[in-house]
Formats: sequence, structure tokens, C-alpha cells
Amino acid sequence: MHDLKPLTPLGSTTAQIDRFAGLTISECPDWALASLAARRGREQDTATAAQNLLGTALPDVAATATSGDFTAFWTGPQQWMIEAPHDSHEELATEVKSAVGDAASVTEQTDGWCRFDLEGTRCHDVLERLCNADTRAMTQGQVTRTRLEHLGCFLICRTKDAHFSVIGPRSSAGSIHHALTVAAASAI
Amino acid sequence: MSDNKQTNRLTGGQIDTSRSLRFSFDGKNYAGHPGDTLASALLANNVRLMGRSFKYHRPRGVLGSGSEEPNALVELRSGARQEPNTRATTAELFDGLEAKSQNRFPSLKFDAMAINDRFSNFLTAGFYYKTFMWPAAFWEKLYEPIIRKAAGLGSLSLQDDPDEYDKGFLHCDLLIIGGGPAGLAAALRAGRAGAQVILADEDYVFGGRLNAETHEIGGETGPAWTAAAMAELDAMPNVRCMARTSVLGAFDHGIYSAVERVSDHLAVPSKGKPRQILWRIYSKRALVCAGAIERPIAFENNDRPGIMLASAMRAYANRWAVTAAPRVAVFTNNDDGHRTAVDLLAKGVKVTAVIDTRADAPRIADCELLAGAQVIDTAGRLGLNYVKIQQADGSERTIECGALGVSGGWNPNVHMTCHQRGRPVWNDAIAAFVPGDTGTPGMSVAGAAQGDFSTASALQTGSDKAAAALHDLGIDAPTIELPQAEDTPVNLQPFWYVKHGKGRAWLDQQNDVTVKDVKLAHQENFRSVEHLKRYTTLGMATDQGKTSNMGGLAIMAELAGKSIPEVGTTMFRPPYTPVPMGTMGGRARGKHFHPVRETPSHKYSTENNATFVEVGNWLRAQWFTKPGETHWRETVDREVNAVRGSVGVCDVTTLGKIDIQGTDAAQFLNKVYANAFAKLAVGKTRYGLMLREDGIAMDDGTTARLAEDQFVMTTTTANAVNVYRHLEFVRQCLFPDMDVQLISTTEAWAQYAVAGPNSRKLLQKIVDPEFDISNEGFEFMACREITVCGGLRARLFRISFSGELAYEIAVPTRYGDALFRKIMEAGQEFDVVPYGTEALGVMRIEKGHAAGNELNGTTTALNLGMGRMVSKKKDSIGSTLSEREGLNEPDALMLVGFKPVNNADKVTAGGHLMTKGTPKDAEHDQGYITSAAFSPSLNSSIGLGFLKDGGNRLGEVMILTTPLTGADVEVEVVSAHFVDPEGERLRA
Repeated sequence: MHDLKPLTPLGSTTAQIDRFAGLTISECPDWALASLAARRGREQDTATAAQNLLGTALPDVAATATSGDFTAFWTGPQQWMIEAPHDSHEELATEVKSAVGDAASVTEQTDGWCRFDLEGTRCHDVLERLCNADTRAMTQGQVTRTRLEHLGCFLICRTKDAHFSVIGPRSSAGSIHHALTVAAASAI
Repeated sequence: MSDNKQTNRLTGGQIDTSRSLRFSFDGKNYAGHPGDTLASALLANNVRLMGRSFKYHRPRGVLGSGSEEPNALVELRSGARQEPNTRATTAELFDGLEAKSQNRFPSLKFDAMAINDRFSNFLTAGFYYKTFMWPAAFWEKLYEPIIRKAAGLGSLSLQDDPDEYDKGFLHCDLLIIGGGPAGLAAALRAGRAGAQVILADEDYVFGGRLNAETHEIGGETGPAWTAAAMAELDAMPNVRCMARTSVLGAFDHGIYSAVERVSDHLAVPSKGKPRQILWRIYSKRALVCAGAIERPIAFENNDRPGIMLASAMRAYANRWAVTAAPRVAVFTNNDDGHRTAVDLLAKGVKVTAVIDTRADAPRIADCELLAGAQVIDTAGRLGLNYVKIQQADGSERTIECGALGVSGGWNPNVHMTCHQRGRPVWNDAIAAFVPGDTGTPGMSVAGAAQGDFSTASALQTGSDKAAAALHDLGIDAPTIELPQAEDTPVNLQPFWYVKHGKGRAWLDQQNDVTVKDVKLAHQENFRSVEHLKRYTTLGMATDQGKTSNMGGLAIMAELAGKSIPEVGTTMFRPPYTPVPMGTMGGRARGKHFHPVRETPSHKYSTENNATFVEVGNWLRAQWFTKPGETHWRETVDREVNAVRGSVGVCDVTTLGKIDIQGTDAAQFLNKVYANAFAKLAVGKTRYGLMLREDGIAMDDGTTARLAEDQFVMTTTTANAVNVYRHLEFVRQCLFPDMDVQLISTTEAWAQYAVAGPNSRKLLQKIVDPEFDISNEGFEFMACREITVCGGLRARLFRISFSGELAYEIAVPTRYGDALFRKIMEAGQEFDVVPYGTEALGVMRIEKGHAAGNELNGTTTALNLGMGRMVSKKKDSIGSTLSEREGLNEPDALMLVGFKPVNNADKVTAGGHLMTKGTPKDAEHDQGYITSAAFSPSLNSSIGLGFLKDGGNRLGEVMILTTPLTGADVEVEVVSAHFVDPEGERLRA
């Protein structure tokens, strides 16, 4: 076991949590990510292999699919991101690659991203100050790509009207956190 | 205590007289009430004089009562929050409000610049163009500063804006622009149907003219009915009612911009709260219920304080319980103007007469009616005292009044319907333009904005148009019961200006444009409306001619012998009302102007005294200053010497990393890179040069083959996004049949260069022992997936930018900080140093490696000395066009090195190279220096640059000239490889 101590995207050993009336913004470093892209002509093989691993079919456009530890969300034509708890799936990319074999390309994405969860009734009031996604219309399990603080981010609706994840570029975690908390203070 | 009593305050109105608000105007204290605007409160305090005009500095008061106001512009607040050109008519009164008049010296009542008014014969339209022609050089230094000082509006504080501004995004089925009767009926119908509705109004109360009129609606007063409607709408979760929100413009795809004035009615915004929010509204349908604006009639001296729109006079009385003067008169060409007399009489104000241009004018108000009469002049130095009338029989008489309400009819507010190049059409019945084909998909218009002026028709069209818009969306909106309301027909005889007299009759009070100016423009052949606008300035500035344009058009039409619609209107463009620059900027200011990217070693670097440099959005450590070091060069020299002497570590995470997989990944790289990649062995890394389609070098970097079907490409930091975009284009558009998948992994991996003769020894302490990284086991350009520090997955590349024995090691970013510290700890015995981008740059110049300065968008592989890398055994992007004759001249620029002949001289980047003895001009230019640095290894300044036929000129002494600084230095042309030209060190 190595002895290197991880830092969160915000540069701390513990996740940052900010609380507002009706909203909690949490840094969520405990998730592993791996991208999955079907190879040309191997779309069906990918779908089958992924379903065997995930326990659910890969989601359609702008959707997520969750089963057990795994959540998959659509990121582009025949492309998905697989998400799982970091503690139990640190080497998620290896895990997914062994499941799909040469039917798909898999790339470790865990530390390419930072995730902030917005939970509470005031989610929409904050998100509408930051991105052009129509969050009020988003239903549970919907995902979209949107620009937030000039940065391309994934926005996932975990629970309608109550819980959203912003997944953005890790190196700009500080800027994203700043944008989220300033908008929260402004809107709430 | 206020100095003045509110002598002009009437009873009633929508103000809270139980509370008083103190405010000051030009240093004098007054009192008003909640619900007042600055304008209504000033009028209540018998202050009619509120500003000086733009050019002639004539005394001016309010003309209107809303955002159309051209005259009553003030500087609001003081200190850093001072804001010029604020309309007193829209500034909500708050306790402690400070306002100052503008464009006057030394005071509003005595303005020395009013001397301009005496020279008005010279200051006509086109005055500047005709007068300040000669000498040309005087314009910038003399004329313009003087003119700018004399003419102009408010002044800026020149301090940073202390307020915060937000931006935001809203979505709706139906955006209703304007919350008057049409908008309210529309909102009720759409809201009850369950549609997602946004109702926006620029005013701080909804209701529009319902607040300003006395007509009953559904048996209630206008405000009472509005309050009930708003209570219902506010309770609907699907309806968002946005007061103090001006819709500014209509853009493509149903997108509208709007500014919400969140805190303008407060002395200071609450902490963390924005002053204003700039909204982008994505609407499926939009309904313009923007109402109409009354237009004045031009007559001689029609600009004295106290002369205002009849509708404004009525609004002040009904909504704000204020009259501009105890004795008023009305001048009109239509029945609606008479309402002002009726309402003011009802409030107990003395109405001396209604002067109606129509010979058959009906008697509506219980006061003297002068039918067929015209106002031909006025008097009163700082405010109206009397008006001079020419009666129907030609006789003249004088009427005493402190205020005159003027009505020339109403103009539908077509602004928003024209932003997408819709042109309004003429409606003879109301003698006004109404919206034509708006050219804006999804937009419809209701109420007075389309010329339906009665309350009943506004309600009906609002309701109907909302239902029609929703029907388009598949939403059924059942009919709603509308209240009984007035349905008075329009009765108007067009009348634009009084022809009597030779004095000035004002059309555009904001820009001091008179009837004569329009005539002059016509005479001088500026007859198109757009020319008329530019020549006279009619309709420019903050009010954009909302009250003046029609008058100008009518006069131009008359002079040109055309109809008004033949003359047409100027273009309407967003924004509808002025927007502070701060609102446009939002929160993107100061250090939050753009997001930053931090490297995995950022924390370590901060703790170790790094100076950061911005590279794109990245903050990279430029150097790490040690105690006692007094100059950055001292630090950088130390870092370079430490690396070349032992070992150093540098964060290179910022270089773009693109994961390329697929069965055709190798073939794909063969297309993208000019040199061959298909046969690169697994476990090997190769330098690659990428060309643009036109044959110019695009980017370079190393690409490692991790597996048969997996590569990791490295790009330069600055080009990471561009290269990724290029690869996606190539994948999706040029070679869609290839099996290739791409994804960025730039920040997923913390990557550090460990460079120097002791780098291997250091890394052997980090890399787990089962991995052989000896020279034989892991030779130059090798790559491998390994583990470090007891099992952490990592990647190791043996590549060198510095020219030393060097590696790049990568671990998942979360462990990057720990790895950096671990390397520093393990390297103590080798005196390892962290080094920054400056030392990195010095070493790559010493080694002769090209970087961004050399790949500058104009250079080819040939220029870079890599012409032979462009493989002719395969087809790659840019390969064919790189063969163009012009890019392959015998004396083409070649990358070479330079060092000063005199060791004390400096090679400067950007300097140009001249053959000794030739003139220093562009014709004799031989090339230029792209990169320069002080080389601690050579103890000399050195440079890289492009020189014509450079490869054959080694040893030549040239003149390096920098005309900008006057520097002239003798430099010798040398090999670009200053250090270890044979590459022995990096293979050691």
C-alpha cells in the first residue's frame, strides 16, 4: 500500500461543505470516473458488456442509469462516463476495461474532474445564476453539458428540484467553488 | 429636516404619506414619500428645474414620467457609487438619496455655459463638421477636449464600482414584456393554463397606465384591480413576476435579454447581493405588451421646465399625487389630452385652459376650451410662467400657467418588434407606426403596443394573444373572464409642430435638436432618416428618441413631400434602455475575470515562495525564490545550474494530454502528425510535429504508445484545447471511418519532469523496485505504466526538454501534491530543487528546442529545421501544402542560435537581424529573434531566431537591431544547440 496522501480538488485533506438556508454545497472527492466509448462497429458488444458490468443498460442521450455502486451518464454519441465510489472502485478504468475488452475504449477520468453537489430547495435559484441549463425542467437522472464560470461542466439531476451534481474540470475547482458559493450568497 | 414643504402635493395616489423619506438635490434637502420617484418628489417640492440641456445648456424639467425621459437626467448617489445620466423619472426615492444636476457650471440656476444659447445660430446641426475642419491636428488636442467639456452629460466617479452584478438564465413558455393591462390579462390566462410564464415590467409596480389613470376596471380602481391580479399571479408557482426588470432586446431563437434592478431602490445593496442582474431569457414564445408612449408637439420655446407630456402630468397627479404647478394648461390634438384636464381638475388643480388644435374639438373637461388654437410661444426663465396662444380667429392671447401638458397622440412601443429587423407599418387611424412583420419567430404583440389603446382592447388582445401563443406550443388556455373596462375610441387629428414664429421649437430635448435643424438637414441633403439622425443627432443618446423621433420624421416627410411611412424609421437596436457597464461585466472582474487552473503542486509551490505566471488559465510556478535571493535572475540561474549539475523537478501537468485509443489510433496519428507514427513500438515515445492544413506548423509534443491501440499525446500548454478540437475535427469530419476515440486526460494526471544527471538515482527511490529504470532497462524515449511509492499506479516517460537525463512521471492528480513532496524528500541527498517555467525556458533555449515563440503560426517545418520530418512516404495533414514553392525558397528562414560578439551585450527577442553594412530597413531584413535568455551554462546572453538561409550562415556576424529601443548589437550566428549538441547527456 502506498503512503501518498490524497488532496481534494480544493486542495484539502477533507471535503469542503458550505451551508446556506435551503442549500448545501459539498465537494465530493470520493468518486471514481472512467470514460467509455464504443469502438466502431462494436456498439452492441459494448452495450452488452457494459450492462453485464453495471447491472443496467447504458443510458440514452442526456440520461443517467444507476444500479448498485455504478452510475453511467451519457456524454456523447456512443460515449459515457461511469461513476462509482472511489474507495471500492479506485481502479475503475481497469475494472471497466476488463469488462468491455476490445469492444470499447476506456480511460481513467477520476482526477480529471471535480464534483460539487447542490442539495436543497434553493438549487435552482443558484444554478440559474450560473448556467443556462433549464434545471427546473430537469427530471431525476437527466444530465446535460453546460457552461458554468466559463467552464464546460456536466450537470446531473440526482433528485428533481432537490439535488444536482456539477462535474467540472478539476484544476479549476477553486473557481467553480467560488462561483457556486458567491451565487448562493447572492441568490439566497 | 427638509428645507422645503411639499407644496405641490395633492391627495390620493400610490404613495405612503404616513412615512417620509429625506433626500437631497444639488445639496438642498427635501422630503418625499415611499412610492415616489425622484422626479415626483422634486415636483412635489415645487422643483421644476432639474437639468441643463446638452448643447445650449437651457434650463430643463421633466418631460415624461417613465423610462422615455429625455431631460431630467441626474447624477445619483455620491462617491464611488455616483452614477451619471440617471433618469429622475425612474429613480425610486429612498431615504438619504443624493442627486445632483449635471452639465452645468457653477450651478443649475446660473449656468455660465448657457452662453451657448446666445450663439445658437452658429451651433446648428452639422456645426462641428463645418467648423472644426481646420487645421486637422487641432481636432484631437484642442477642439475635441473643449467640446467634450462643454457638451455632455454627467460625469463618472473614476473610482471602482463597489457593487456586484450577477448574470443569470431563465426559461419559459411565454415571456410577457410589460405588465400593463394587456400583459396582466395575458399572464392571467397563460398562468391559469399552467404554462411557464415570465412577466417582466420595468416599473417597480405592475399595472402600467392602470396606475396613472382614473378609469375603473371591473368596478375597481386600476391599482386595486392590478393588486388583485398580482396577488393571483404571485401565488402561481408557474408564473415569475419580475418587477424593476427591463427587457432590453430580442435576439435569435426566442432569446431576450433583461436587466433586473435588484437593489437600485436601496441606498446600498445588502452584503453579497447584486445591484442588478442581467438575465438571458430563453422563451418559447414572447408577447410584447410594452404599451405606448405619448409624443409631444413642437412649438416655440416648448422646452421650459413645467412643459411636459399630458400623460405624464396625469400620471404625476393620479399615481404620485403631485402637480407640477398649482395652475396648469393642456395643449392637445386629440381627446386623450383632455383627460389630463379632467383628472387634474378632479384633484383640485386649476386648469386654465385646454388648447386643442382641432377646430371641432369636443368639450370634455370643465374648463375653458380653446378649439382650433395653438401654443405659439412660452415665457419664464427657469420655469414656465405663461403660454402665448394663437386662437382659431388668429388673435393672440396669453395664459398664465406653471405647467403645460402636451399631447400629440401616442406611439406604440414597437422597439422590441424591430430588433430582428422587423419594420413597423403605418396606421392612419392613430397616425402612428404599429408593429409589422416583426421578423422575430415566436413573437406577438398585444395592447397599446400594437395600437389598441383602450383598456378593454388591451385586456382582450393580451388574453387572446397569450392563448394563441400557447396554442402553438400545444397548451390549451381556456378563455378567462375579463373585467369591464373603458373602451374609448381614438379621436385625433395629426399635428406635429406649430408653424408660427421664427424661434426654436424643440423636437429632441435630450440632444437639443429643433425643427429648424431638421429643415437644415433636409436643405443640406441629409434626407434619409439614418442621415438625418447622424447629422442632427436626433434620437441619439440615453432616450434613443422615444419622444422625439416621430416629430422629426413627420417634418422630414413634409419637407420631402412624402408620407411618413415613405420616410420610414431609423433602426431600433438593443438595449431598450441604458445598462450600466458593470451589469454587462457581471462578476467577471478583477481576479475573477476568468477562471484559473491550479497545478497539482500549487499548494507546495505557494508554501515554497513560488512566483506564479499565467499561462492560459493555468497558474504555473515561474521560479522559487530562496531566502537571500534578491533578483529573479539569481533564482533562475540557481535553478538551471542545479538541474544541469544534479537534479530538479518541475510541474508539467499543464501540457495537454490526450488519450487516443482505437484500432485505427496509429493510422490516425499518421494523418495528424507530419512524421511517421504507425510503426512506433509499444513502450516508446516519439516527438511529433503537427501541421495545419496549409502546411504551417501547428503544434508539437511527444506521443507515447502505451498499447497497440492506445497512445497518449502531449501538446503544448497553450494549444491543448486547440489541438483537441483539431483532433475531434479530424476524427469526426475528415476520417469518420476510422475507429478512434479521444478524450482529454490533461488534469487527470499530475505530471512532473525530473531532470538532471541524478534524476535516475532519485527516481529509483520513488519507482517501485520491480520496475527497471536503468539506462538499459528504460532507454531514452521509453514509456511504461509502473507503480510508485509502494503500489500507486503511475506512468513514466523518459523524455527531456532540458537536454539533461530526464523523466516525466505521472500519478493520479489527487496524489500529485504528495508525490511532489516525496520527490523533494527523496532528492535531498542530491540537493534536488523545484524549478519553474523560467528555468525550463532557459534550458530549452540552451538546448535549441522550439516552443510557442517559434511555432508562431507563420513558420513551417522547414523553418524549424525539421523539414525532413515531413514524411513523403505517407499522406498527412498539411504535407501537400507544405510543398508550396513560396514556403521552400532557397533562402527560407531557418532556426539558428545567436550569441553576442561582445559577451556583455544582450540578445533581445523581437529584434531583427541585418547583414552588416546594409541599411536597417524592412527591405534588408534577414530575420528575427524569437526567444532569448541569459544562459548560466554559457555565462552569456543567447537567443534563438529565424534567419534567411540560416543553416549556411553559421559564424557570420550580424547586426541585431531593435528600432523600438534603439539597441544595436553585433551577434554571431551559431547552432541552435548551445548545450550538448550531440545529445549525450539525455541518453546517459
